[in-house]
Amino acid sequence: MVSLRINDEVRSVDAPPDMPLLWVLRDILGLTGTKFGCGIAQCGACTVHVDGAPVRSCLLPVGSVGNRAITTIEGVGASPAGAKVQQAWLELEVVQCGYCQSGQIMSATALLNAVPHPEDSDIDAAMAGNICRCGTYVRIREAIKHASQV
Amino acid sequence: MLHKSEFSRRGPAMGAADVRDRPGEAGASLTRRGLLEAGMAVGAALVVGFRLPLAGAAAAAKTPFAPNGFIRIDRDGNVTLIMPQVEMGQGIYTAVAMILAEELDADFARVALEAAPPDDKLYGNPVFGIQVTGNSNSVRAFWLPLRKAGAGVRAILIQAASQQWKVEPSAIRTDNGEVIHDASGRRTGYAALIDRAQGLVPPKDPPLKDPKDFKLIGKPLKRFDTPDKVNGKLKYGIDVMLPGLKFATLAACPVFGGTVEHVNDTKAKSLPGVRQIVVLGDFVAVVGDHMWAAKQGLAALDITWDEGPHAAVSSADVWKQLRASSNTEGAVAKSEGDIAKGLAEGDLLEAAYEMPFLAHATMEPMNCTVHVTPAACEVWVGIQVLSRAQAIAAKVTGLPLEKVTVHNLLIGGGFGRRLEVDMIDKAVQIAKQVEGPVKVVWTREEDIQHDVYRPVYRDTLSATVSNGRIAGWKHRITGSSIIARWLPPAFQKGIDIDAIDSAADIPYDIPNLRVEYVRDEPPGVPTGFWRGVGPNNNVFAIESFIDELARKSNKDPVDFRRGLLGKSPRLEAALELAAAKSAWGSPLPARAGRGIAVQVAFGSFIATVAEVEVDPHGEVRVHRIVCAVDTGIVVNPDTVAAQLQGGLIFGLTAALYGKITIAKGRVQQSNFNDYRMLRINETPRIEVHLIESGEAPGGIGETGVTAAPPALGNALFAATGIRLRRLPIDRDVLSGKKLPS
Repeated sequence: MVSLRINDEVRSVDAPPDMPLLWVLRDILGLTGTKFGCGIAQCGACTVHVDGAPVRSCLLPVGSVGNRAITTIEGVGASPAGAKVQQAWLELEVVQCGYCQSGQIMSATALLNAVPHPEDSDIDAAMAGNICRCGTYVRIREAIKHASQV
Repeated sequence: MLHKSEFSRRGPAMGAADVRDRPGEAGASLTRRGLLEAGMAVGAALVVGFRLPLAGAAAAAKTPFAPNGFIRIDRDGNVTLIMPQVEMGQGIYTAVAMILAEELDADFARVALEAAPPDDKLYGNPVFGIQVTGNSNSVRAFWLPLRKAGAGVRAILIQAASQQWKVEPSAIRTDNGEVIHDASGRRTGYAALIDRAQGLVPPKDPPLKDPKDFKLIGKPLKRFDTPDKVNGKLKYGIDVMLPGLKFATLAACPVFGGTVEHVNDTKAKSLPGVRQIVVLGDFVAVVGDHMWAAKQGLAALDITWDEGPHAAVSSADVWKQLRASSNTEGAVAKSEGDIAKGLAEGDLLEAAYEMPFLAHATMEPMNCTVHVTPAACEVWVGIQVLSRAQAIAAKVTGLPLEKVTVHNLLIGGGFGRRLEVDMIDKAVQIAKQVEGPVKVVWTREEDIQHDVYRPVYRDTLSATVSNGRIAGWKHRITGSSIIARWLPPAFQKGIDIDAIDSAADIPYDIPNLRVEYVRDEPPGVPTGFWRGVGPNNNVFAIESFIDELARKSNKDPVDFRRGLLGKSPRLEAALELAAAKSAWGSPLPARAGRGIAVQVAFGSFIATVAEVEVDPHGEVRVHRIVCAVDTGIVVNPDTVAAQLQGGLIFGLTAALYGKITIAKGRVQQSNFNDYRMLRINETPRIEVHLIESGEAPGGIGETGVTAAPPALGNALFAATGIRLRRLPIDRDVLSGKKLPS
């Protein structure tokens, strides 16, 4: 059994240590807000926070997480930055199909925690790992700036 | 058991029993209160989310009023609108709700949405006759039927009130979910009239609102589906969880048309969590306790394929065949004037434009969850063709249609990929071998390598210019006919109506015109609709060629087009606006340039200016795109802007990077590392300017995809003097390392 701290709850799961956190979250714990997009850390749909840092869960072996705090899209709204980002996403109507947006919001929240007032170049650097096939990038940029001013 | 999903804007009327929250558990109600401020939306506290029919709520809502397939009024006053089209990010749920609620005069804050069940007769797209969401056709095709559906119910409610109050119907008006008799000051909610209204027949042609009286249409209302998409609660097909669910992934023969010869599964079977190996005709699936086990199991299989007849096919073969076909005469799609005479007037310019195969790469990979029992089949999937989903499951199981239930979930990207049902076909085949429900998820590699691809096209054009005007114009389109496979009755006289779309009805004044189509099916590569469909290849070819003609005539590309748009004032207005907003003609630095492209496609009139810069290595930076749009009456302007922003990025992605190539019968690309997507750091500033119009609504979801590539190509020419006639762009040509082909 592996013990995990997810969204301030301790969860025990029966999973092999090499199993990526993504599939533990989705298929064992039913936390399906974290999305599968590519499986090779190219698209960012599976982004979660590990001790506040954005991590691609599709390549993160669950056995390597240890006691570090995992935050997923289901829990990110409990933090001030996460709530601000979600609210900005609603106000600027960022979302289209929405499938990538869990990952976008996790990356954007981590950015705002690290850089409270990001420039365009900060946004480029923090968000370039998250693909949006619907092409919501213009609004993602605006929403991050909006959230940083709240 | 997961029931019908429902989106709701209802506030406190939802009832406390609805507010449960068990993430990840199928069947949980995911409604939340007070999630967002109304903002631009109508109504105060909005509640948006999935809601399940509950026993208590069902009792209160006994015998609702459902006079047609689109509207249901409960006795508590809540209005449920049935969505004939699927939501895949294009905002159609909100637009359809706005149209229905507008003519019904419903209280928009008490409206909930529900996905329609499979039923071609009741919910078929009026243009296609089947239940399909595609071709930017939802608002266009349903605009009048939905308005009539709303207005008809409103007329019945007025009639019921007229009987109850014994006053003339003409003395009664409606507003915000109420029927009102001003003379006496009486008013009542719609729900109170249900008993009287039952059985009343709506007038055949109910009076529709004058657009100047619209209260919802034209306003940038908030979307119903957004709130649960920012908190991880929304369930796409891939998120379905059921008691006893098993997980599967699959490998199809890497060569199209090949089959399984032999599978050695000894190693796979021994892996923890692997439950079952399912070997079928042309693919193999591994079923496990979770996707990880299934993936590990699949990797451990030793599969020998019979690669079939296409094992040696390469991209070179595909292009050789296509080019040869394009030199043959095609079926005539349009002929006007005297083409021989027209092509003899003035200097002749000839050019050929070539477009590659493209994969869809929806962010939600292909998936489908199925539970087959001897008596029934239940399917969970996000699909653009609901009735076809039901039909394929019935065919594979041998069950009658009525024994197949399809739960259509929201779609994590469609773009035409989910107009196909191959992922359902395969999942049902697997589920027939599995005890209990099974969720089949494709890896991204499988998704890219077993798509139905946007076909390769070759467009050959010849034209003459005389006195600044086009004298003769010949356009031959050569490529796969998707229509012939997908909607055979629509393929008539050798013409694929999609492949020639926006070419046969070219907006320019041309006295002598001929448009031809040559069908050429690529060997061993399945083809399918891809966002932007036929207009993509035609507008790229036409607008690139018009630019070439303008340059050859030493005319400014905007001036040249302006002189040819006499019969299309709406497009000319868009051209003028885009030129003005982009500061067309103002100076730019060296190796920077602007390009313009105009189009009439999907019933919308659009002009687009791209501004680019090219570095000495041929790397391209797109700085800015300005788009002017006349799409008729706009239902939700914020959605229109969003679709154009996204569509332009989708089109830029294709023009800058998109290419699927074939070697030894196999697709060579496999994931986002080698099938690249535009990223935020490469995204230009985008401005969308809407032109006010009283015309019927046009389509919008695909228009930006069509617009971006020709505007980009023309801007690259302005920046470098190099004309690119093949997509995607070749940076070696732009850097001068290679000559244009």
